[in-house]
Amino acid sequence: MKYLCLVYLEQDKLHAVPDRECQACGDGFRKSGLLVAAEALEPIETATTVRVRNGKMSITDGPFAETKEQLAGFYLIEARDLNDAIQAASKIPPAREGSIEVRPVRQLNP
Amino acid sequence: MVVTTTDSVLETVETVYQSDSRRVLATLIRLLGDFDVAEEAMHDAFRAALEQWPKEGVPGNPRGWLVSAGRFKAIDGLRRQKRFDSLDEEGQQVDVAVIDSAAWADAESVEDDRLRLIFTCCHPALAFDAQVALTLREVCGLTTEEIGRAFLTPATTLAQRIVRAKAKIRDARIPYQVPAPAELPERLEAVLRVVYLVFNEGYTASSGAALTRHDLSAEAIRLGRLLVELLPAPEAVGLLALMLLQESRRAARTSPSGEIVLLDDQDRSLWNRAQIAEGSRLVRTALESRRFGPYTLQAAIAAVHAEAPEASATDWAEIVGLYDALLRLDDSPVIELNRAVALAMRDGPEAGLAAIDEIDRRGDLKDYRLVHAARAEFCRRLGRTTDALAAYKKALVLTRQEPERRFLERRIAEIGR
Repeated sequence: MKYLCLVYLEQDKLHAVPDRECQACGDGFRKSGLLVAAEALEPIETATTVRVRNGKMSITDGPFAETKEQLAGFYLIEARDLNDAIQAASKIPPAREGSIEVRPVRQLNP
Repeated sequence: MVVTTTDSVLETVETVYQSDSRRVLATLIRLLGDFDVAEEAMHDAFRAALEQWPKEGVPGNPRGWLVSAGRFKAIDGLRRQKRFDSLDEEGQQVDVAVIDSAAWADAESVEDDRLRLIFTCCHPALAFDAQVALTLREVCGLTTEEIGRAFLTPATTLAQRIVRAKAKIRDARIPYQVPAPAELPERLEAVLRVVYLVFNEGYTASSGAALTRHDLSAEAIRLGRLLVELLPAPEAVGLLALMLLQESRRAARTSPSGEIVLLDDQDRSLWNRAQIAEGSRLVRTALESRRFGPYTLQAAIAAVHAEAPEASATDWAEIVGLYDALLRLDDSPVIELNRAVALAMRDGPEAGLAAIDEIDRRGDLKDYRLVHAARAEFCRRLGRTTDALAAYKKALVLTRQEPERRFLERRIAEIGR
């Protein structure tokens, strides 16, 4: 069974835990065979929301805002830039029903 | 190299700054990959020009010189930052001869740089107000103070918006490129939306005492022209036409004391004929493409008005037909309202009133001041003074614009007599 462990932090606590500690945790998980993938994310200001309605894509600044929508899955993709990432996001089927939040991965600085 | 006096060289630098600083910036952003680094490099380049051109003469290709100098200064700066403890100090002078010309050689890339800049500033992943601020700052070269004054927003708020937008461009990696053909229509729509908002903000200030803020409209028309020059898509042409045709009426739409003059009552001899001629010509070009959209249709409507020698000679049937076409593209209640006004002119105020009742039934625009103003106008023409008075009062409560408020108060006073 795979589990997704989601990390939530208040804006001013984004860097409260040192990157090297997170890196070490990931390394430890990897060694014990626990880890599938782990990444830190850039802050919410870098988020872009992609939706597709009636076959037409809409792109908006910011994270998804509908409180009724819940996190239902994730795709970790490798894209050249935000435009490519948006194009890929618009092809994810639930984009038709809900929203896909596209957020860049942040490199840890151990 | 042209040998000239220092004064005239300084004047040349100033002229080149006015005409070319945005192009230089656009190319430097591509070469350096960062808005802030490029902006600093551009200023360094102009500083170098001020020092060197009086001594060495104005180069044959000033823009090329500035791009090379800016690039050199930026790379030099980065290098120095990396080895701040290094002993070998590089020469301060920019030696254009040693700068690689590869960056400059590709003329097509350089021409595209301004389009890259426009599309990046108007990227839909940025907040809309940030797109507007960034475009005025980076593409038009307005200062944050100037933008703040124009939008009645504190400069600090705008500066913050711009900083955030640049951070998102960098951190989310918004690419510096002209969109691929498949994405172009939607992305162009976003650009046109920004340009038209800037125009409207200048043309009908949404609040405040001054009805027109001419500078913003002029800036939007300049942007529109640049866009048509770089990317002559039918809707870009249509938008430029629309702005020119609206702008042509500027002198006639307010009285010397700043009161609103409605289209019907305007002194048409005050309309700018050159703008009308250019606007009408552009509308025809856009319509002939057969790939036009809402901006072109709105421009076509404005052209019908512009070409009528007097209000009574307006071809209202043509205008209603154009609104019908517009509604097929975009069934917005505001367009429906405008159609109702045209309908009233073609078929009489009862027809207009019936169309407004229909909009009201859906409750779409109940807080939109112009619905009530239009209803008031139709009722007044039908002699239904009580209904007219009530509607004018509703419009009065909703308006935030000083000249509009005075106009409505005048109408209320007239009916009350």
